Amino acid sequence: MEHPPLVALVGNPNAGKSALFNALTGARQKVGNYPGVTVERHSGRLALADGRPVELIDLPGAYSLDPSSPDERVTRDVVTGKSGLERLPDALIVVVDAANLDNHLRFTLQLIALGLPVVVALNMIDLAERDGLTLDAAVLERELGVPVIPTVAVRRRGLEDLREALARAVVPVTGVVPLRPSDGSVQDDIVTLQRRARRIATAATVAETSGRRWMHLLDAVALHPIGGPLLLATILFVMFQAVFTWAKIPADAIDAGFAGLQGLVAAHLPDGFLRSLLADGLIAGVGAVVVFLPQILILFLFILVLESSGYMVRAAFQMDRLMATVGLSGRAFIPLLSSFACAVPGIMATRTIEDEKDRLTTILIAPLMTCSARWPVYTLIIGAMIPDTQVLPFVRLQGLVMFGLLLIGIAGAYVAALVLRRTVTKGASSGFMMEMPKYQVPRLGDIALGLWQRALVFLKRAGTTIAATTMVLWLLLSFPKPPVGSGISPVDYSIAGRIGHGIEQVVKPIGFNRDIALALLPAMAAREVAVSAIGTVYAIDDSDGKGTDRITDQIRGRWSLPTALAFLMWFVFAPQCISTIAVTRRETNGWKWPLFMVGYLFAAAYVMAGITFWLATFAGL
Amino acid sequence: MRRTVIDNQSHCAYTGLVLSKLNLETLPRHHAATVDAIDWTRLSPPEARRLRELGFDEGVPVEVLHRARLGGGPIACRIGRMTVALRRAVAAAIQVTIPLPAE
Ligand SMILES: Nc1nc2c(ncn2[C@@H]2O[C@H](COP(=O)(O)OP(=O)(O)O)[C@@H](O)[C@H]2O)c(=O)[nH]1
Ligand SMILES: [Mg+2]
Repeated sequence: MEHPPLVALVGNPNAGKSALFNALTGARQKVGNYPGVTVERHSGRLALADGRPVELIDLPGAYSLDPSSPDERVTRDVVTGKSGLERLPDALIVVVDAANLDNHLRFTLQLIALGLPVVVALNMIDLAERDGLTLDAAVLERELGVPVIPTVAVRRRGLEDLREALARAVVPVTGVVPLRPSDGSVQDDIVTLQRRARRIATAATVAETSGRRWMHLLDAVALHPIGGPLLLATILFVMFQAVFTWAKIPADAIDAGFAGLQGLVAAHLPDGFLRSLLADGLIAGVGAVVVFLPQILILFLFILVLESSGYMVRAAFQMDRLMATVGLSGRAFIPLLSSFACAVPGIMATRTIEDEKDRLTTILIAPLMTCSARWPVYTLIIGAMIPDTQVLPFVRLQGLVMFGLLLIGIAGAYVAALVLRRTVTKGASSGFMMEMPKYQVPRLGDIALGLWQRALVFLKRAGTTIAATTMVLWLLLSFPKPPVGSGISPVDYSIAGRIGHGIEQVVKPIGFNRDIALALLPAMAAREVAVSAIGTVYAIDDSDGKGTDRITDQIRGRWSLPTALAFLMWFVFAPQCISTIAVTRRETNGWKWPLFMVGYLFAAAYVMAGITFWLATFAGL
Repeated sequence: MRRTVIDNQSHCAYTGLVLSKLNLETLPRHHAATVDAIDWTRLSPPEARRLRELGFDEGVPVEVLHRARLGGGPIACRIGRMTVALRRAVAAAIQVTIPLPAE
């Protein structure tokens, strides 16, 4: 079948390409404010004004055709027809921020010079007006020599005109040899282009007053040498506080729901294999993980709001000094903060880091941020083993331990970065140079969409990876059955028990028992599986019914405090997450770095857990 | 390097600073200034390119908005209609002048 014509959205970061893409195609996509949120290929169908269908792609933002990050390289390769991934576009929609013309026009000039048909979307006209800027699109059109259509992507203004202009630009290919664009190396030098861009911008500006007073006021606080760090610390504090307090009610409701489901299965199925598999294996396992959905969504809510409001880059600004002490830049703060929710989007967000060594270091330390998959593990063990005593006004011991684990992760990342930057990722510091996006009130629809996508990913994981690992573990733990009356524990006799016994030999020196050894292997699929795995072990081990069913009581009865602490410490460091390893492989193009990451993190986990165990043992805990 | 156009007027009565020695790192906050020259040799090639891409060029108006923490954190400045964060070492390579009030 004949391909429909291909049209690419191109422009500087934050020009509104993705917003325009969504408006034009109705496709669902995350809309963020941090430069370079677009990191994957997004394509959709669009009908031109004359009814012809075209394929629209949303390219990563770039400042020029001279790429300095993997993101920008994709853009350059696509518009110059160099990429093997994409055919040469039949036309470009160059998206420019009307309030930032002189800068965005430079890239526009470069793109026009490529020779492909171009339509310019003069986007964010509303913000330009808010800022007291009046522009003349006709002047711009004349100076650039291509159609210029004023748009407001988020309010769907100007879309019809854009479709019409595009219909004129996309000429039906009738055996005509498509234009071969120049490869970008014969471009005018950037200074000349910049000057031309500035001249054109000035010509197109009808009136200009300095608006956005409230933006200056916000920045007066957010960028202040003392107020800024205080604001950032407050935001982070409120964020982590909210994660643990707001989530309580919905989490309890989910918990009750799964308990009800379990009861239902127990009531309607005869006692036996199937009932045990469903109730103890599947429902208990998946339920143990799904209760954390509210916490994860609250964390993502904060991150999405921080990103889309434009604050995130201000936070990066405040963090730059600290990050510089380990040879990173403030830019790395943004992916690292995301990694508190999940390292996978965090690692993907490192694509906006230009310097290869910086980026690699950030990827390697991202798994040390306490991601949401660790909370089930931490919550379970802390809840079972740490008394909930009040140590200070407003501070309880359990919370303190949780916070301590979080800090140990950060400290670990700090030390790791320090060491890595002096050894395997050695190189000159890449510096910090970033455009700060305009502040905007986050749009409810975008946030809701972002949360919905996160929830889907999480639930899909719970329904597939986690459900499957839990079931496989349950099966391996259940067979073969020990001979009746032998007195051997069913777990010890099972296949999994025998594998666990082997692992136990390795982890015994750091204080781990058989149950932990059993949980470690399935927890490679995802950390939170450790919780359901331990639950499954005890459910099966206890099938003679003499003990209690509560997993916390089981842990309390079987684990020593040093063991529990060592286990917690293990989870601060251990790279127990297939998805993280997979995304690292993809982002670093090979197995070298993911293997290195797994190696150094396991080594750190082993050593730190061992130290914790022996210190705690000698301290008589 | 090009000398500043108002070199003979060596002191600004308002700030008392030697105008010809001003760069973006030493420029007082909230003073409208223009980029006079950029010492590209003090910048790494990627830094130089990024700086150009952000629109830094001779004759462009700039203003320092903030300096992050006392210990040499980055600088936030306005260039054109953008706010941009720069490290101090880069800012130091950007010579600026405060234009005299029109006579
Ligand atoms: N007010 C306003 N905001 C816009 C407009 N277009 C995009 N935005 C917002 O600008 C931010 C950056 O847009 P995005 O599409 O992610 O930019 P991209 O980096 O070019 O893909 C988002 O918060 C959008 O909601 C517009 O025309 N008007
Ligand atoms: Mg985008």
